[in-house]
Amino acid sequence: MSNPISQGQNNKGFWSALAQSQSTNEFLKGLWKENPVFVQVLGMCPTLAVTNSARNGLAMGLATTFVLLMSNTLVSLLRKVIPRQVRIASYILIIATFVTLVDYAIQAISMELSKALGAFISLIVVNCVILGRAEAFASKNTVGRSIMDALGMGFGFVMALLALGSVRELLGYGSIFGLLVFPPVYQEWVIMILPAGGFFTLALWLFVFNWYKTHKKAL
Amino acid sequence: MFQKTLHISTSPHVVRGIGTDDIMRNVVWAMAPTAGYAIWVFGLSALLMLLTATAACVLTEHLLARMSGKESTISDWSAVITGALLALTLPPGFPLWMTFLGGVVAIGLGKFAFGGLGYNVFNPALVGRAFLQAAFPVAITTWHKAFAPERFLSVTASTLTFPFTEPAAVDAFSGATPLAAFKFEHAITPAYDLALGLIPGSTGETCAVLIALGGLYLIARGMMDWRIPVSILAAVGVFSSILHLADAEAYPSPVFMWLSGGLMLGAVFMATDMVASPVTPLGVWVYGTLIGVLVVVIRIWGGLPEGVMYAILLGNAVSPHLDKLVIPRVYGTSRTYKTKAT
Repeated sequence: MSNPISQGQNNKGFWSALAQSQSTNEFLKGLWKENPVFVQVLGMCPTLAVTNSARNGLAMGLATTFVLLMSNTLVSLLRKVIPRQVRIASYILIIATFVTLVDYAIQAISMELSKALGAFISLIVVNCVILGRAEAFASKNTVGRSIMDALGMGFGFVMALLALGSVRELLGYGSIFGLLVFPPVYQEWVIMILPAGGFFTLALWLFVFNWYKTHKKAL
Repeated sequence: MFQKTLHISTSPHVVRGIGTDDIMRNVVWAMAPTAGYAIWVFGLSALLMLLTATAACVLTEHLLARMSGKESTISDWSAVITGALLALTLPPGFPLWMTFLGGVVAIGLGKFAFGGLGYNVFNPALVGRAFLQAAFPVAITTWHKAFAPERFLSVTASTLTFPFTEPAAVDAFSGATPLAAFKFEHAITPAYDLALGLIPGSTGETCAVLIALGGLYLIARGMMDWRIPVSILAAVGVFSSILHLADAEAYPSPVFMWLSGGLMLGAVFMATDMVASPVTPLGVWVYGTLIGVLVVVIRIWGGLPEGVMYAILLGNAVSPHLDKLVIPRVYGTSRTYKTKAT
C-alpha cells in the first residue's frame, strides 16, 4: 500500500523523499517547468488586463487559485460520474459556481478591489488555465494529485501575475502595493499602466524565462 | 580572358554597386540640412538631443547584434538614421534620458524584436516615438519657442533633467504648435512662417522647404520611392481641399495642412522606410493615400492635434497586406488568386 518511491528513499530522510515524491512533482511543475503563464502562455486575458498594479495582480491570482483548487477537486471526485459527452458543460457549471462565490466574496471584502478587477472576476469562468487543468489533469487523476496540481498551477499563476503587476506598478506609479518606492520626483511611465504596458511587460518576462532556459547550461 | 567554367546563378544578373550602407549614407546626407537647421533654430538642446538619440540607437544596435550572435550592423548607418529621425520628431526641450530610452526602445522593440534590419514591420524611429508619446504624454507635448536668444549659450532646463525624474515645470518659453493652436484656439499660422520653420514644434518638423529639398535629392539619386511622398501629400491635399471648400471656417486650407506639423518629415523620411512600406507600385499608391487620409482624419476629428505618427504606423501595419492584394495577375490565369490548400 505504501508509496514505493518514498519507501526506497526512507533512509535518506524526509526532505529528499518529499522532493522526489510524485505529489511534490505535481506541485513544482506548475511553479516552474509548466508555469501556466510563462511556459504554457495560457490565461492571457487576466494576465494582461488586471496586472496594472501588484495588488490587482495578487488578488486576481488568488481568486483564480481558489477557483482552480475547488474545480480540480470536484472534477477529480466526479471524474467517473460525469459522462464524456457532457464533460465540458459540467466543468463550466462547476467552475461557474465557484466563480460566483469568489465574486461575492470579493465584493464583501473590498468594493474598491471588486471595481478595479471589474468584469475580469466573472471572466475567470472562461480562464483557459482552469478549464485546461480540469480537462487535461483532474479528469484523469486522483483527488490528491489534482489538488497538488491545482495548488502548483495556481501559485505559478499568482507568481506570474505578481511579477507583471509589480513591474508595471513600479514603472507606472513608482510604487509597489501602493507603497512609494521611488521619491516623488520620479517620472511615471504612463504607458506601463496602459494596456500596451501589459504586452511589453509580458514579452519582457517571457524573454527572461526563455533566455534563462536556453542559457541554463552555460550559466 | 575567356573563362571555361560556367557560372549558374539566379537573377538579377546585372548588379549595380550600391549597398545598404550607400543608400543609408545618402539618406543621412539628405537629412543633414534639416538637422542643421534644427540646431540653428533650437540651439544646444537640439544638438544634444540629436547626439543622444543617435548614440542610444547605435549602442543598442551594437549590443543587441552582439547578444544575438550576429555581426554588428552599425556600419550600415541604419541605426544612425533611426536615431536622427527619432530626435527630429521630439520637442526641443525633451529630457535627454527620455530621448535615450526612446532610442533603446526604437532599436530594441522596433527593430531587433522582429529580427534586425530588413525585418522590421514598423519604422523603428516611430516605434520609439510612439512609446515616448504613451509613456511621457506631458513632456512630449511641452513645446519651446524657436530662435530663443540664448540658445547657443545655455541649454533648456528640462533637457538636462536627472534620469528618471520629472522635468521641471513648464517655463515661459513654451508655446503651442500651429496644429494645437488651430485645434484648441482656432488660430491659423501664416503659411510663410510654416514653410520656413519660424514656429514652435518638434525639432525637425519645422522647415518644410529643407525637408522637401532632402527628399528631392533622394528621389534624384533613385534611392527613394517618389510615389510615397507624392501620394501622401496628394491625398492630404485633395481631402483637406474638399473639407476646406465645404466649410472654410471649420477646416484649415490644404497649404496649412501640408506645411504644419510632422507631415513633411513623415512623408519624406518616415513613410519611405524601405522595409516597412509596400513593394509593388500600386501597393505604394494605396499605402500613401491611406496615410494621407488618416492624417487628415486624425488631425481634424481625432483627440490629438497631430496624427502623422499613428497614420504612418497604421500604414506600415497594412503594407504587407497591400502587397498581397495587388499581386499582378499571371498571364493566362484567372483573376482570383488562390493559394494551394496545404
